[in-house]
Amino acid sequence: MGKAFKKAEALSDRPTHYCPGCTHGVIHRMVGEVIDELGIRGKTVGVAPVGCSVLAHEYFEFDFMEAAHGRAPAVATGIKRVRPDLNVFTYQGDGDLASIGTAEIIHAANRGEKITAVFVNNAIYGMTGGQMAPTTMPGQRTTTSPFGRNVHDVGMPMRVSELLSALETPAYIAREAVIKPKYIMKAKRAIKKAFQYQMEGKCFSLVELVSICPTNWGMTPQNSVKWAEEILLLYYKPGEYKLPEEM
Amino acid sequence: MEKVLMKGNEAIAEAAIRAGCKGYFSYPITPQSEIAEYMVRHLPEAGGVFLQGESEVAVGYMVLGAAGCGERVMTSSSGPGISLMSESLSFLAAQQCPAVIVNIMRTGPGLGGILPSQADYFQATKGGGHGDFRLLVLAPSSIQEAVEMVMEGFPLAEKYRNPVMILGDGLIGQMMEPVSFPEHLITRPSNKDAWAANGMDTRNSDKRNVLKSLSLDPDEMHEHNKSLQEKYDRMRRNEIRYKAYNLDTDYELLITCFGIMARVCGTVVDKLKEEGIEVGMIRPQSLFPFPEEAIRQAASKTGCKQVLCVELNMGQMVEDVEKAVQGACPVTWYGNAGGAIPPPKEIIAHIHSLLNR
Repeated sequence: MGKAFKKAEALSDRPTHYCPGCTHGVIHRMVGEVIDELGIRGKTVGVAPVGCSVLAHEYFEFDFMEAAHGRAPAVATGIKRVRPDLNVFTYQGDGDLASIGTAEIIHAANRGEKITAVFVNNAIYGMTGGQMAPTTMPGQRTTTSPFGRNVHDVGMPMRVSELLSALETPAYIAREAVIKPKYIMKAKRAIKKAFQYQMEGKCFSLVELVSICPTNWGMTPQNSVKWAEEILLLYYKPGEYKLPEEM
Repeated sequence: MEKVLMKGNEAIAEAAIRAGCKGYFSYPITPQSEIAEYMVRHLPEAGGVFLQGESEVAVGYMVLGAAGCGERVMTSSSGPGISLMSESLSFLAAQQCPAVIVNIMRTGPGLGGILPSQADYFQATKGGGHGDFRLLVLAPSSIQEAVEMVMEGFPLAEKYRNPVMILGDGLIGQMMEPVSFPEHLITRPSNKDAWAANGMDTRNSDKRNVLKSLSLDPDEMHEHNKSLQEKYDRMRRNEIRYKAYNLDTDYELLITCFGIMARVCGTVVDKLKEEGIEVGMIRPQSLFPFPEEAIRQAASKTGCKQVLCVELNMGQMVEDVEKAVQGACPVTWYGNAGGAIPPPKEIIAHIHSLLNR
């Protein structure tokens, strides 16, 4: 009997540091599998962010660069501009991409950089210990919104996929979730599409992945999945927000 | 060699192209925007890439990405923009990515003004970003020297895997002088397979390269900092550059100055000689590493009673000069931080008062 399953070559054997119940592992695996399926491991350069996935480069088996907080799209731009033959992606959380890195992601998207952003949205800062993010839901308790996010004080959560879809430059923008198997298969298809568009030289691509953070949400993984499905997915609706126009 | 009359900023851009610059990223700021305007027209013709970024913050990281895959890259800016790049300068140094950074200085602090200045000496030589790191800083006093420093900057950055800064006063960018582009300064980029994160296929390698600066282990962090310091010590041993003038006389006073002030102070030395007053001069060309030993020796010479540091700021390099002189004689500062360049007669009058003439 042949092998039914093997780990993607694009993934390393190092054990991850992620908390129990965290979805980063699922996303790493999807990215690794897509890179294997497309046969692009040797021409891929990943850009790691600051946040929980700051050590992402330890869990993949191809070239990587670290970026400062929020600057991954600028680093990816520099790589891709001088080496357009490479496959370049950023892996960023919502504190990194939607707060400190808004300028970099908006302008990379608006210039139509031929890069892919894998955007992990779990509605909170994880690495620094559970602070409020621009994506934190109204009323959601975090260490810096201990009485719940007050939208009269700090506004409504930011919907990155919708925001970027307002730009004219052709792009592939999709939001999926990684909280249950039925969402995960769709999410992987979106990631694959994003990388394929990049390989075809078509456009900037971003896949937002609604995720859970049981540790900083203060919930069990089961309750986290329930809350994400009942609260997050109503506000952060899955779907393809922008498809590249025929050019 | 053929000479052409060129504006400093344009000559700097042309020098970078001839030196094999393959990526130039920048954000507009006076008084250096002509570098970008020249690059956008001429760099693509030479097979390079031009991109105007959304901010100097982003530009610094575009440089990091392009340098990290082993290409020769440059950016240019002026003080306020270099402030925004400070974060990325720290990352470039930490991740050991070679790049050339040109700062055509304007007055400061804050928005300051757009007139010539040397206000960013501290910023360039004392870090200008978080953590223990150094830039290799070269300060030209003519457009020809700026051209040569840019051309040498790329191989120097590669030799030390460290950012090199060309620190020019606004005048270096804005004035026109005849220049040539020496053929012997055209170098081949070094092989970067050992560290560049440019895709394993590029190197035909199974070994991946990772450019990172995060170290959570205290021993690993300390070792990384030690290896960076060893590199800066190598620079101190090998890369000190300075020009000495009139030091073979029995001078009573030693002038230290850099960049455009050396042109003015050279005239000061000549005119005072006509009056029978001998004044020596040392112009550091490398601001880091700093020519401490040369300045100490010159200040310690019998007959030298004092050192005057002339700068287009409120006294920055003077601190390094004081440290170098080690109390051998008094060190004072003279200069202007408004954007006006003190003419020779003004400096001569000041020296007269210092020498009680």
